Amino acid sequence: MRGSLRDLTPILVVILFFQLFVLQQPLPNVGQLLLGVIFVILGLTFFILGLEQGLFPIGETMAHAFARKGSVFWLLIFAFALGFGATVAEPALIAVANEAATVAAAGEVIAATDDARESYANGLRLTVALSVGIALLIGVLRILKGWPMQWLIIIGYIMVVIMTAFAPKEIIGIAYDSGGVTTGTITVPLVTALGVGLASSIRGRNPMIDGFGLIAFASLTPIIFVMAYGMLI
Amino acid sequence: MDIVEQISSMLFSTIHDVLPITAIIFGFQFAVIRKVPPNLFKVIIGFIWVLLGLSLFLLGLEWCLFPIGRLMAMQLTDPAFIHAADPVQQILSAVSEIDWRDYAWVYLFAFMIGFSTTIAEPSLMAVAIKANEASGGAISIWGLRIAVALGVAIGITLGCFRIVIGDPLHWYIIAGYIIVVLQTTCAPKLIIPLAYDSGGVTTSTVTVPLVAALGLGLSESVPGRNPLIDGFGLIAFASLFPIISVMAYAWFSEAISKRQQRLRQTIENISQSDEEKNNAL
Repeated sequence: MRGSLRDLTPILVVILFFQLFVLQQPLPNVGQLLLGVIFVILGLTFFILGLEQGLFPIGETMAHAFARKGSVFWLLIFAFALGFGATVAEPALIAVANEAATVAAAGEVIAATDDARESYANGLRLTVALSVGIALLIGVLRILKGWPMQWLIIIGYIMVVIMTAFAPKEIIGIAYDSGGVTTGTITVPLVTALGVGLASSIRGRNPMIDGFGLIAFASLTPIIFVMAYGMLI
Repeated sequence: MDIVEQISSMLFSTIHDVLPITAIIFGFQFAVIRKVPPNLFKVIIGFIWVLLGLSLFLLGLEWCLFPIGRLMAMQLTDPAFIHAADPVQQILSAVSEIDWRDYAWVYLFAFMIGFSTTIAEPSLMAVAIKANEASGGAISIWGLRIAVALGVAIGITLGCFRIVIGDPLHWYIIAGYIIVVLQTTCAPKLIIPLAYDSGGVTTSTVTVPLVAALGLGLSESVPGRNPLIDGFGLIAFASLFPIISVMAYAWFSEAISKRQQRLRQTIENISQSDEEKNNAL
């Protein structure tokens, strides 16, 4: 509880400072504001509690169970399903996909009808979800094989740079942003626990060197896939 | 009554959002692993806490932070505010040259809001807790969080500067990639995957809505910018710069601990030689 309050203090200070000293406007609706702050603090406290009790343990026990079972096939299927399922319903992604459709319509890439926009946005969402699924699949495979992280990421960067040269100009900003929005608040703890759990239950893997990195893949592949989508459509 | 209604509708939409993940996890748990997890009851309670916590958190943000944050982003990027000191400029602003120095308050706001929202970002907390655990305490929770928050702050500030100046986004991102690659060659090996990860975790529930509002507001108010093209990109900055700042943090803390070690060694050597001298006497 006290921890959550401390986490929130910087935002409150920034807002109050700008509101009172720079913009010099009174705060609207102080009652609701205070209630909102209390909700945020309570919510953060509950979330951290549930994190340690629910999300971390389930991610770890599943990683251990898969490692003991020794079935690489099912583990990879699971990784893909987790990435795809977590992303396809991500609210931030839905918002970005809709904005992207508006941009595409304005740039006369697609027809300016609601149908065309909706199918473009849905296609984009599926593309990003597919890319996150593939990212987790590759990331888990990397943990199993012990491949060094940096080479894979650098290959990804090179692909981004090459694609940037060929992708339509309107899509580049959205593509770069889409890497950041894919990984939501529930997905990140689960995926992190899965990676660290896998790395610590496979002999010869270090949880720090091999366990982290899944999120990095999940934020890199959407950039590449969204630019590819922009080039194809 | 109204509050209860709002909480329950927020809870409902959160459940709707996490339903696919939950289905996949429990589906695999029962169909493929075919074993009841050891503390199933506790895990389910944990899930309920997470859902309830996230709903309250989002609702609270919706009430206190997002409206003010959006409003402030709008007000700060409003030409009437930016050229308030110079009324002539205010009239001419549509035709005259853009001076990036006019936007000083915007940069300061971008920096501070980037830093403070990242400190409150729940997914960063999760990763910091896990990193602390996995490294056996070598990586401190707060050290990582502050390093990431500084990265986001610098990234968003630079992103705002780019919108004002109007440079193409990809040159900045490619330059960032080059820095990341160079840093990778000299950063401590243990930190590299964590640093790469910290790029993706920074931008979720708290940061994205505020930063998106800032980008759109700024690109609408700077003459000659198209919000549809220039409004995007801040999130990309916010996910690239933490990689750089976390590697820099690791590099610094390693350098400092090495230096301290060397210092301790020299002190030991000196006192040893003193002892030897005393013994000789």
